[in-house]
Amino acid sequence: MEQVNQGVRENVYPQAAQAFGRTLRQAVINAATPAAAVLVALACGAALLWLNGFDGSDVVTVMIFGSFQDMRSVGEILLKATPLILIGAGLCVAFRCSIWNIGAEGQLYAGAIAATLVGTNFDGLSVWVHAPLVMLAGALAGAAWAGIAGYLKVRFQASEIVTTIMLNYIALILTSYLVTGPMRDASAAYPQSARLIREAWTPRIVSDMRLHIGIIVAVVLAVALYIFLQRSSRGFSLRVVGLNPYAARYAGMQVARNVMIAMCISGAMAGLAGAFEVAGVTHRLYQNISPGYGFEGIAVALLAGNNPLAAIVSGGLFATLRSGSEVLQITSQVPQVLVLIIQGIVILSVVAFTRLRDIRRIVA
Amino acid sequence: MDDMMFLTFLATLAGAAWRLATPLIFASIGEIFSERAGVLNIGLEGTMLVGAFCGFAAAFATGSIPLGLLAGIAGGMLFGAIFAFFTITIKADQIVVGAALNLLGMGLTAFLFRTYYVSTGKGIEIAQPVQIPFLSDIPFLGEAFFRQNLIVYSTVLVAILASLVLFRTSFGLTLRAVGEHPKAVDVAGRDVASYRYAAVLVGTGLAGLGGAFLTLGHSNQFVEGITSGRGFIALAVVVFARWSPIGAFFVSLLFGLFYALQLMLQAQASIVVPYQVLQALPYIMTIVTLVVVRGKGAAPSKLGQPYEMR
Repeated sequence: MEQVNQGVRENVYPQAAQAFGRTLRQAVINAATPAAAVLVALACGAALLWLNGFDGSDVVTVMIFGSFQDMRSVGEILLKATPLILIGAGLCVAFRCSIWNIGAEGQLYAGAIAATLVGTNFDGLSVWVHAPLVMLAGALAGAAWAGIAGYLKVRFQASEIVTTIMLNYIALILTSYLVTGPMRDASAAYPQSARLIREAWTPRIVSDMRLHIGIIVAVVLAVALYIFLQRSSRGFSLRVVGLNPYAARYAGMQVARNVMIAMCISGAMAGLAGAFEVAGVTHRLYQNISPGYGFEGIAVALLAGNNPLAAIVSGGLFATLRSGSEVLQITSQVPQVLVLIIQGIVILSVVAFTRLRDIRRIVA
Repeated sequence: MDDMMFLTFLATLAGAAWRLATPLIFASIGEIFSERAGVLNIGLEGTMLVGAFCGFAAAFATGSIPLGLLAGIAGGMLFGAIFAFFTITIKADQIVVGAALNLLGMGLTAFLFRTYYVSTGKGIEIAQPVQIPFLSDIPFLGEAFFRQNLIVYSTVLVAILASLVLFRTSFGLTLRAVGEHPKAVDVAGRDVASYRYAAVLVGTGLAGLGGAFLTLGHSNQFVEGITSGRGFIALAVVVFARWSPIGAFFVSLLFGLFYALQLMLQAQASIVVPYQVLQALPYIMTIVTLVVVRGKGAAPSKLGQPYEMR
């Protein structure tokens, strides 16, 4: 993709334009696979609806366009895109290192718990201190929760697939314990924590919309992770470990440290997503603050081809589908879990198309 | 608590442990078939859900538990066929496909359940315990082991049969060779892909059966996410059991014990620990298991790798 530039030319602009054109063409080729995958998934979703007596054409009209009604509904989509971009971009780093972190959901909850602890205490801090502190707490807790699985893998060769999933259940149970027990707001009928102090809330972008600055943070971090993976030497060694740990060890790279870093980065992103859910959206901790963002993030990362930059787009797309499925449930009583089916089919189509493309490339 | 009461408690506990181990026994033995042939199926959770749903739907329609069980197996195998097609024929990454099937299984079963069954609110007639003559009259032991339903008894048969097939038949030998050294099998003129297909289908059929037990032999209803992680726990059982079906039987019993303890201690009012601690027990023990047992050495050497003919 990047061009190795050797000869010195006086006029670099045409060259830059050429390089840009090449990059653009490459981007279009790269986008063809995920685009086809999404189309296949939507077609399957439409077929499923039609087979079960719903109106199949709703999949396109409502799921894609249904949630674009006004600025507010676009804001709601971006609000849903925030955790998906954060988690998806973080998982890109883990997956590139061949670390199968399936535990973003638990890491999100760990982040939400920590954010609630920090956000309900430390009264009297200014918003400039308290709000970032809450985000930091969330990210650290998420990284620590993922770090457990990372450590168990590095130290005991325990499969991170199983440990991260078990840590999901444990984090959910822990949250349920906290909001029904020690952190419960006694005055509320429903199990929930106390409300976060106002200075701890994530600032909103426009005062009358729920959308908060988390979306900006998510996009900036996704770009940063892209640069980290593609341009830094640590990012390079992460990718080498992912491709071939033996070669990486032979080249003198510290495999264990890279595994820990990849795990903790993805955990920190999920934890930050949890902090934003609490500090930016609900302002309280509940048992079910996430509708499965941690699992959806896996689909976001895979659709993005494990590229954090592309995760911004795929996160936005999944957020659109999720908002659309909510509209669909209200207008046509189609169960909202349809979105899980579409996620599953998107992943299957992506891997199938990618494989087929690779096979063609090898044969050609 | 006096001695008699304690013995009764133990007997009930042991009986419940076996019952709760049953879905894990089926699923983990199924996964052993698949992993012995080199295919790591982390889509077990979704497969079990499909089995649970199909079993429920068939029993709901026909009122027959055997038909329900068959439907559970068939549903699992259908899901397994998708997995096999993507991982063996297309040679896509097994973990990615497994993760996709988990989402798909969760989504499809919840979608169909909400569309067709949730409003009926009706359950089904579940399999009744069968008392084995004489043996069921043995004090305590009879209560624990000889008053179960037929599905629970069948776990012993499945474990022994699976062990015989894997270690005493030429099919089993070839299947294991496919996981250890597929090239040798290929050179010997046998088709690696079809053995892997067979292993995955046997495995997912058993996982489907394990799921169907949850709706047909345990609870009388389908609930969204009724497997609650059993498919993943089964993956850990396989490691702990070192890829042996008999081992998986006993390790599953151990996990069944954690589930049973959780249920029975929750019912005890005198227990001071929060119920969530007990709820988390099976999950925590799964992690502990993976740490204590470092089973890498016993794993089939080509586990998780597609076979490329060269």
